[in-house]
Amino acid sequence: MANTVLQVENLVIRYGPTSAVDGISFSVTAGQVTALVGPNGAGKTSTVEVCTGLRAATSGSVALFGRPPADAASRSRIGVMLQMGGLYPTAKPLEWLTYLAKLYPDPADPITLLTALGIDPATKTTTRRLSGGEQQRVKLAAALLPNPELLFLDEPTAGLDPAARRDLLAALGALRDLGTAIVLTTHQLGDVEEIADFVLVMVAGKIVASGTVAALTGAADITSFRATSGLDLNGLTSALGDQFQVIEMKPGQYEVRGQASPQLLADITKWCAATGIQATEIRSGGRTLEDIVIAATEGNK
Amino acid sequence: MITSGARTKAHTGWELRLLLRNGEQLLLVFIIPIVLVLALGLTTFVPGGIDGAIPKVLSISLLATCFTSLAIATGFERRSGALRFLATTSLTRTNLLAGKAIATAIVTLLSMLVVLLLGALLGWRPGGAWPLSILIALLGAFTFAAWGLFLAGALRAEAVLAVANGAFLTLILFGGIIISPDQMPDVLGSIIQFTLSAALVSALTISLTDPAPGTANLLMPVIVLTVWGAIGALLARRYFRWE
Repeated sequence: MANTVLQVENLVIRYGPTSAVDGISFSVTAGQVTALVGPNGAGKTSTVEVCTGLRAATSGSVALFGRPPADAASRSRIGVMLQMGGLYPTAKPLEWLTYLAKLYPDPADPITLLTALGIDPATKTTTRRLSGGEQQRVKLAAALLPNPELLFLDEPTAGLDPAARRDLLAALGALRDLGTAIVLTTHQLGDVEEIADFVLVMVAGKIVASGTVAALTGAADITSFRATSGLDLNGLTSALGDQFQVIEMKPGQYEVRGQASPQLLADITKWCAATGIQATEIRSGGRTLEDIVIAATEGNK
Repeated sequence: MITSGARTKAHTGWELRLLLRNGEQLLLVFIIPIVLVLALGLTTFVPGGIDGAIPKVLSISLLATCFTSLAIATGFERRSGALRFLATTSLTRTNLLAGKAIATAIVTLLSMLVVLLLGALLGWRPGGAWPLSILIALLGAFTFAAWGLFLAGALRAEAVLAVANGAFLTLILFGGIIISPDQMPDVLGSIIQFTLSAALVSALTISLTDPAPGTANLLMPVIVLTVWGAIGALLARRYFRWE
């Protein structure tokens, strides 16, 4: 049986009359990267706040290693990287981590950790004077310091340059392989496609879709392209055949639903050429996560 | 598992480390009291010379450390999200508050020791009811800390900075510390004596100068201080936000 490290059951979070999270349930197992994605205001951050003991649930239950998140023993087994805050502005990176290490039973070595993340442990610069990317890496170091069994990361690649982002994703993959469970909250859907084992799409406080990236983005049954808006959809459908359905998802963004094939790509471009239309970004093999999130968001309006 | 005591000890050390190297905090906690001891002890501005100055400067030390310094530091910890992050670690709210309380107590003690040693160099000699003076100082520290945490937890960091510094200066100048209520016009003095600062100075002056202070003299300032402390604690408990 999978080793469940986080169990969320019928979680409801309300701020006064406003419902931020509306009865969601999910679980996270060891060695799995779970991504919480969705538009702003979907309830992702509120969910993470309850899971990390920052906020109390209105109703429902959250169990961190089988215990309440507010329990100090549970919290000593997690690492958290917050999107906003998480650094003492007047502290130097090493002294901040050295202090934090005293709060955990089996911490990583702060000097080794900072060095691995590209921060000079001997720097005299206080965290408020570090660049955005450096601050992000110190926050990540603080999250990794406890040698956590469960890691919560809120927008971990924000502010990182491409090389640092690639290194971070590789490091998270290595942690996952060592058995660390990771809960990732991000708008960088490319990161999710790259690393997540399981995705929860949240919209307006509810989980509207969930599954592996492959399951969510679908098999090879969608071909998409961009062109001028207002194409003659009936004309294109006639050219492709009745087994295909053509939909304008949003102005200038088209989806052809039906078995993708080289012939289909050729037929689409042939029809466009014949009607004097420039088609771009022709892609087959399913939707992207971005398509899923946008469709879910639009569907909820 | 790290014990609760070890976590509190770690946080106490962290608070002390940050506090004792912050220039603005050192100015509030040590430099201003030292300057005031010298200014009030070497002049005749305060009746009673150095004996009259010591209770006033001790009150200022308590105000600076337990109110202004605590409020400003906590306000900025809230704004930076540091408190929010610490709430996700194994540090509990009790560990954090205990660490802050112990660090503040240590710094307050150091500040008061500096004032008393400098006072002794200028001719002040302990002559009052010492155990009672310590209890009054503790009550004053609690009262100021409660109001400091209320401000820090309820207002934005910039507002905390302005209000804490403003209140510090206002209470020193017009809150019965430098100018006693009995030196003020009757109506104003009778109002000012009910401020927390005037009550603390009054109680400390009586307990530090009279070896056997009567209950009647101390009752009013101690009641005033206790009421202020209770109100501050209730407000802090009700309105303090961690983020």
